[in-house]
Amino acid sequence: MLAFAVRRILYSIPVLIVSSFVIFALGSASADPLAPLREKNPPAPQNVIDAEYVRLHLDQPLLQRYFSWLGGIFTGDFGPSVVSTANIGHDLGDRFLVTIRLIALAMVLALILAVVIGVLTAVKQYSKFDYAATFVGFLFLAMPAFWFAILLKQAGISFNSALGTQAIYTIGQSSVPPPRGAGPYVVDIIGHMILPTISLALISYAAWSRFTRASMLEVMNSDYVRLARAKGLPRRTVMVKHGLRTALIPLTTVTALDIASIIGGAVVTETVFQWKGMGDYLLTSIRTNDVYATASWLLVAATVVIAFNLIADLLYGVLDPRIRYA
Amino acid sequence: MPDTRTQTPETRSAPAAPDREFTVTERSQGQLVLRRFLQHRAAVVSLCVLVALVLLAYVGGWLWKYDAGQYTPDNSVPPSWDHPFGTDSAGRDQFAQVLRGTRISLQVSVSVAILATLVGTLWGSVAGYFGGKTDTVMMRISDLVLTLPLIAVAAMLSHNFGGSWYLIALVIAGLYWAYVSRVSRGVVLSLREKEFVEAAKALGASDTRIILRHLVPNALGSILVNLTILVALAILLETSLSYLGFGVTPPDTSLGLLVSEAQTALTTRPWLFYFPGLFIIIIALTINFIGDGLRDAFDPQQTKVRQ
Repeated sequence: MLAFAVRRILYSIPVLIVSSFVIFALGSASADPLAPLREKNPPAPQNVIDAEYVRLHLDQPLLQRYFSWLGGIFTGDFGPSVVSTANIGHDLGDRFLVTIRLIALAMVLALILAVVIGVLTAVKQYSKFDYAATFVGFLFLAMPAFWFAILLKQAGISFNSALGTQAIYTIGQSSVPPPRGAGPYVVDIIGHMILPTISLALISYAAWSRFTRASMLEVMNSDYVRLARAKGLPRRTVMVKHGLRTALIPLTTVTALDIASIIGGAVVTETVFQWKGMGDYLLTSIRTNDVYATASWLLVAATVVIAFNLIADLLYGVLDPRIRYA
Repeated sequence: MPDTRTQTPETRSAPAAPDREFTVTERSQGQLVLRRFLQHRAAVVSLCVLVALVLLAYVGGWLWKYDAGQYTPDNSVPPSWDHPFGTDSAGRDQFAQVLRGTRISLQVSVSVAILATLVGTLWGSVAGYFGGKTDTVMMRISDLVLTLPLIAVAAMLSHNFGGSWYLIALVIAGLYWAYVSRVSRGVVLSLREKEFVEAAKALGASDTRIILRHLVPNALGSILVNLTILVALAILLETSLSYLGFGVTPPDTSLGLLVSEAQTALTTRPWLFYFPGLFIIIIALTINFIGDGLRDAFDPQQTKVRQ
């Protein structure tokens, strides 16, 4: 197992390095960080543009810029932003903490929902419940994340105005200014998370619940489950101990592979609920041609995705010993 | 070495069976697929709805009394016979706008699906067929694309290159092909070991011929299913991009852009928000059901569980 783990970890490092280069090259090629300065009206003085040109390392060739950016990251320096006072590493860190709680909670919620619904629909295959859940699943698969989020937000606003008080928060990741004291602060944060989390979880669960259903059906029709039933074990025990445990193994991989699309979903959800998270940071960076900020954002996202794939691989190795020797 | 030209399609179909006790009607693969597809009720209904919607968007938009950008004297009227989807604050007919948005969104997503499928299928088939180092290098490249959140990269690229619908389609297809390549590689890997490929090889067929004449046609079922689902995925990504302001930009319009423009007036003019969203859902939903039906039709063993 240790050798397997070490091999997998060593394998992800070159992937990450190549990925970082692609990200940097794409970011640098697709945007000119000085364009906003040049297009400003009245135009910025030439000496300001020249100074920015040097400050953003644009006088260096691409490869040199890339290596100094990559080297800087290890010391916490993510490169110069177009906003001269901004520190990309610091800002990204703050935003990351905001977004990670949305993604983590939504994923947990979506997984619970997916497993419960997936198992129930598999056990009661072709029942009314199965058809209803399948239809709802398909509906969420077809639902644009932003549309559903706006709908939920509007429902929250209507709910608040019906009650006459602010019962559900619909804007921002915390109150401005945040309430004093640890207790009220945490309550405030959780209050702001309710709607975005529900929105992201419901948009994400459907594919997983369909997968759980298929996986569970396959397992429940296998010979060893039939044997367990034939031995006279209670249906419940067979379902949970023999069926579910096996059926959930492939779900780890599917979940990990979907992390990239969940990050994408979080970007959209955050935009609707006006969170100052990773999503807002990315979109602002792209709009202002802040190439170092955009590349750093993508690098963080790629690192998370690669880390998730690694964890899934290792977990799969633990859950299914055959993988380790394959 | 035998001449490859002797291998004609006729040799593949079985000779007609002589009449015995039962008369067995011979059905081609295509007929079988069609029959199975027609048995999938949700898929057939979805296909009808989708065809109706496409006709509405293209023919209906052309016949409808208002043009998409036309300012009518009625400002902010709720849905009525004159304006089935209401109008916006500038008096534009929302029905005409939604139809135009549907056309653009469909054009983007269908182009994405076709482009990504062409590139991805070829990429995956070549990687899967040759195996070894070629496979490793080619698949690492697709893996690389898959490690990035699509919407982020697409937003970055289309901010500076995008705006018109075909550029958005190009950007999205430039990312989705990697998904297709993984699927087609998997299919080719299993087909590669089949006897008919070995036979073709023994007959001296070239690699190009084996890939294009034997592997790709046999993988066509999976590819087609994937293409359908890709249309649904692409329409969701395109509308999200347009919603965020990185997709189709005015004066062009898309369903995502219409939702984005409507969200600020959700309480005063809700019809502007609901109809474009509903159209996105109907398109994506019907396409997913059609994809499901196609999967059952092409590969009945995969979905039907033995009772």
